[in-house]
Amino acid sequence: MRNIPQKVIHQYLRHDKKFPHVWCAGCGNGIILGDLLRAIYNLGLEKDDIAMVSGIGCSSRMPVYVDFNTLHTTHGRAIAFATGIKMAKPELKVIVITGDGDATAIGGNHFIHAARRNIDLTIIVINNNIYGMTGGQCSPTTPIGKFATTAPYGSIEPNFDICELAKCAGASFVARSTAYHTTETRTIFEKALMKKGCSVVEVISQCPVSYGKMNNTSSPVKMLEMQRDGTLMREAYDKLPEDKRQGKIIRGILYDIEKPEFIDQYQALVDRVSKPIQVKESGKTSKPTSQECEV
Amino acid sequence: MSTDRHAGKPILLQGNAAVALGALDAGVQFFGGYPITPSTEIAEILSEELPKRGDKFIQMEDEIGSIASVLGASIAGLKAMTATSGPGFSLMQENIGFGMEAEIPCVIVDVQRGGPSTGLPTSPAQGDIMQARWGTHGDHPVIALYPDSILECYELTIRAFNLAEKYRTPVILLMDEVLAHMRESVVLPAKDKLKIIRRIKPNVPPEWYKHYKNNPKYISPVASFGEGYRFHITGLTHDESGFPTNRHDEAKDMMDRLLKKITDNLDDLIQIEPFYMEDAEIAIFAAGVVARSAKEAILQARKKGIKVGLIRPLTIWPFPDQDVEDMLESTKAVIIAEMNQGQLINEVKRVTKYGQHNRFYRIQKYNGLVITPEEILQKIAEVA
Ligand SMILES: Cc1ncc(C[n+]2csc(CCOP(=O)(O)OP(=O)(O)O)c2C)c(N)n1
Repeated sequence: MRNIPQKVIHQYLRHDKKFPHVWCAGCGNGIILGDLLRAIYNLGLEKDDIAMVSGIGCSSRMPVYVDFNTLHTTHGRAIAFATGIKMAKPELKVIVITGDGDATAIGGNHFIHAARRNIDLTIIVINNNIYGMTGGQCSPTTPIGKFATTAPYGSIEPNFDICELAKCAGASFVARSTAYHTTETRTIFEKALMKKGCSVVEVISQCPVSYGKMNNTSSPVKMLEMQRDGTLMREAYDKLPEDKRQGKIIRGILYDIEKPEFIDQYQALVDRVSKPIQVKESGKTSKPTSQECEV
Repeated sequence: MSTDRHAGKPILLQGNAAVALGALDAGVQFFGGYPITPSTEIAEILSEELPKRGDKFIQMEDEIGSIASVLGASIAGLKAMTATSGPGFSLMQENIGFGMEAEIPCVIVDVQRGGPSTGLPTSPAQGDIMQARWGTHGDHPVIALYPDSILECYELTIRAFNLAEKYRTPVILLMDEVLAHMRESVVLPAKDKLKIIRRIKPNVPPEWYKHYKNNPKYISPVASFGEGYRFHITGLTHDESGFPTNRHDEAKDMMDRLLKKITDNLDDLIQIEPFYMEDAEIAIFAAGVVARSAKEAILQARKKGIKVGLIRPLTIWPFPDQDVEDMLESTKAVIIAEMNQGQLINEVKRVTKYGQHNRFYRIQKYNGLVITPEEILQKIAEVA
């Protein structure tokens, strides 16, 4: 592992007129961006080879600040735009930055289908359990009983487990971290970026201003401590007796398997159908059978 | 379907197949779509042909994803398109607006069907003319083309790609269900005779490049992702470099650029077919299949000595204001025939300062049937 110099992230930021950023004091987005940039540095990826795509939301403002090929799309649609980019230029590392609402409410369909296709995208879902940008309305990840501006009596809806959703839909790499656990987050990002296939990383983050103020946790430090105390690495969680697991959120790489990836499958299809007619040794010409071409 | 063909020899072609063939000849490299009648054959044909050429086809999870994937592919440098019908076209609107705002070349085919809602899936209608113009939120100009024959389905698809690339914008091809599904014998031009336009690429070093640099033509060169330029694209109001801005002067500049790149080039954009208009006292205004019925009615009316002609827009947006105004200068009456409750009539009225000389008549049919030559002939007789 490379020794990361203190100010490494500066070389990835767009210094000219993109700052100050839009995020509130105490927000987790900046910490997570730092983790991502350190992971990119550590892997030695070229800026030109990265496309960062986002939807709409506070977290989705991230691409403005970084010196890659960056695209800020419509609410919920980042993954669908990214699918087009990846098909057009498979050599690009395509990173999707999306919020919990962006990814699982309005963008839920694209989210599950990217996972189903197992297309080689790195999807980072920053989960602050709330709609930050619009000022604190409830999201598909707002826990039951928690308050939001549109859940003034407490949310009554069960929430999505983003990682379970991604896994069941077909993603080949699924992990969870928090804004508190920066080293872990960075390491997970590195693995996700190098994984061929659909990688989904949920990063639990704090939104002291919108979520916090409605739920008596408006101190960012307190919210970070909750991330520290309310989560457990998978290995530790597995060792816990059933009754002690209640309420604990699991961190770490939750799922990592090898399975066919969409861009590869498409290329195999192209090779199969565009192959010129082969001349066999006997002199007979024959079209390749599908079996001969399977990769 | 084979894309090899012998120019100069007639072939029997369906409208949707002609669109697919036009797209292939225009050099389409990406299709993202979701099945909907009466447009499905376009996707079906391209799903077979594109992989053979090493190009990309994807059936997305819905129309919102389809147009998003098309925009993404175009941003990464490919000539990209989708095809749909009314319900899907409605779903695409937000992202079509994104394409307008971010100036992303692509082609959207809308084979219209009866509506509103799921409407009459297999019946013709011309109810999306205003949706093509005003479907997205905010205001901006639109380029939309409207063929009336199978050959034109082919030709205007190529033209749609050319205009998209040249003007750096989404272009809409509006079609009638009848055209999509009917077959006609056509003679296609030789492939090497086709004029194919590609977006202009920047020739400045990356550090100088501005994705939306203003210039007298309002259209700046387009770099693609992965070419070493590293720029930002957003649906937010942006400055020349593509970064969001709240400055009122920059907001106005951006909006003006979007508008002017179209309004400064009307001569290049507008195509209109006058049919027997030289001495016409009565004019018919109609697009698509209705224009075909009108032509038949005109031929029959002329035999009876009635001086009637047709104005047919091939470019429906921007609306051919000047041409229509000029052509209606010498007429006494105009019949607007359309398969909806009256979308074109207001446009024709808007642009005719000679309105006082012209009486306006309407044929509006929206029951899922085509306006027939007899119906138009009857109206001509009434007017004459
Ligand atoms: C089509 C559409 N609907 C609604 C909105 C308004 N909107 C903007 S951001 C947002 C929610 C963002 O929440 P989330 O994705 O969780 O991201 P966060 O801001 O918390 O980072 C909404 C509803 C929009 N921009 N577009």
